[in-house]
Amino acid sequence: MTRLQDDSREAVIRVRGLRNQFGPQVVHDQLDLDVWRGEVLGIVGGSGTGKSVLLRTIVGLNRPAAGSIHVLGADVLHGSRAERAQTERRWGVAFQDGALFSSLTVLQNVMAPMREHLNLSHSLMKALGELKISLVGLPPFSCGKLPSELSGGMRKRAALARALAMDPEIVFLDEPTAGLDPIGAAAYDDLIGELKRSLGLTVFMVTHDLDSLYAICDRIAVLAEQRVLVEGPIEEMTRVDHPWVQEYFTGPRARAAQEKM
Amino acid sequence: MSRPMLSLDDSDGMATLRLSGRLVTDSLGAVEADFAGASVRATVLHVDLSNLEALDTGGAWLIADLKARLEKQGVQVEFTEKATPRTDLIATVAAALPSEKGIEDLPRGILPWIAGVGLKTAGVGQSILSLLSFVGQTLASLAATVFRPRRWRTAALVSQMEETGLNAIPIVVLMSFLIGVVLSFQGASQLRQFGAEVFVVDLIAISILRELGILLTAIIVAGRSGSAFTASIGSMKVREELDAMRTLGLDPIEVLVLPRVIALVIVLPILGFIANISGLLGGALMSWSQLNVSPGMFITRLQENTDVWHLAIGMIKAPVFAAIIAIVACWQAMQVRGSADSVGRHTTISVVQSIFLVIAADALFSIFFAEIGV
Repeated sequence: MTRLQDDSREAVIRVRGLRNQFGPQVVHDQLDLDVWRGEVLGIVGGSGTGKSVLLRTIVGLNRPAAGSIHVLGADVLHGSRAERAQTERRWGVAFQDGALFSSLTVLQNVMAPMREHLNLSHSLMKALGELKISLVGLPPFSCGKLPSELSGGMRKRAALARALAMDPEIVFLDEPTAGLDPIGAAAYDDLIGELKRSLGLTVFMVTHDLDSLYAICDRIAVLAEQRVLVEGPIEEMTRVDHPWVQEYFTGPRARAAQEKM
Repeated sequence: MSRPMLSLDDSDGMATLRLSGRLVTDSLGAVEADFAGASVRATVLHVDLSNLEALDTGGAWLIADLKARLEKQGVQVEFTEKATPRTDLIATVAAALPSEKGIEDLPRGILPWIAGVGLKTAGVGQSILSLLSFVGQTLASLAATVFRPRRWRTAALVSQMEETGLNAIPIVVLMSFLIGVVLSFQGASQLRQFGAEVFVVDLIAISILRELGILLTAIIVAGRSGSAFTASIGSMKVREELDAMRTLGLDPIEVLVLPRVIALVIVLPILGFIANISGLLGGALMSWSQLNVSPGMFITRLQENTDVWHLAIGMIKAPVFAAIIAIVACWQAMQVRGSADSVGRHTTISVVQSIFLVIAADALFSIFFAEIGV
């Protein structure tokens, strides 16, 4: 495995020359992106700019037309099956509406990846599962609930618990706070920040929540014109000379979020 | 990757626990028992984390769990390092340790089983009530729309008729043709013993027209269209599309259920008739090749000896079977709750119940027609 170093920062995700195309519609072209270890990267962009497609491409659910993707030093697109499986164990993905297995309880959902990949006793897996559920702030009684019995916010937390089940180094989050009430969303942001600090997580987050962008994102990448238009800390975003970026980061909602900080 | 190790030095009132290696979820199995068996006589335990190569929440849990257990026994647990990322992680995990058990394991034994039988039995009565109420809703919705042509959903009706009727013709024709062939073949080998080969025409005509043509078509349609009804409406229910309809002032029964029920009531008799013709054709062909009963002779005997009532009885049953299949399928779709799993379960129930009810109805029809003597 090759370590990707760049002025003392380690790129855990490195995307180069990515091209995604669905029929005649080009979503990404010549897209480059680096995600550094231990940072929270927020991906923003207008509807249809391919934020979720980028996430799905990096985790291997969508095969790009061209380009290369390295995650944790391993080539995601051309590696062998065993290599891919190794890498997959080191990341966790929380989908937008949870994508929890509907026939399993929350605890069974969290235990599912452990059961599959780890050789641990049932009681230890159960204890670890309960720990993950508690870590994401779900009450103990939710362990035995089916996903359909949970509220949308609880499902998002349960999905995060499942994504954390294998103690991954990278967590991919797709719109984690969409549809949460402001208090719930703020608590979720705190949770991500806390996990990032204590577990050293790298977080790749597609989000539209300006509060989250201000509260926890170390860097922001703006997708537009089929590539990463700009990237950098949020303070720099307001100085970018691009109409969409200007409107996004200096609009009334952005100002309100900024004032909260 | 070095294995995690723990060494416990417990002497003269001061104990030290040294941890080394990679204490991560992957490798917890190796030290799980060591941690569970660790006990200390001293009153203070120092935990040395400095030789750990890696620690994650799984490993932190083992340490936090041990710490909580020892502290309950009155042992003071201290880390040799303070306020490092590792102790922070252990503190985070310790704070998140579930205070109460999440779920109890399922109760086992004879009593829960008996309770289950009781619940199931009581459930049968509720199912019957719920089915009757659904039939009532469907009829009420039919009565509300039947005299108002503007509320007829012609497009949905025609599309359902195409899907459940037209597209089912090939399979129904093939099945029925084969049934005709089989009946003729089996009948011939028995009847030949008495030199009564020609009666094979009566055998085929009566059994296919009166019973098998319609019954087997109904069973195919239950498996083909009934399951599709339950699965499609059931998934719509899971995705809250039915709730969305209600908020838009649309009645799901009127929009989804009625077109399907009416379409099936219209097409099943037609499919049944096609099945009858195809079955007779298969029988005639086999009689011709095996028994030398020529097609002309087959038709003559068919006209002379087979009462038209046999055909009529089959046709009378068809719309009833259709209504049973469509209503049971849509009713089961309405029972879907929450998950994709539930859609699958109710689709199975829908097919099993509609086939069962169709056969039960067929038996009732047999008794009825025997009583009135046709």
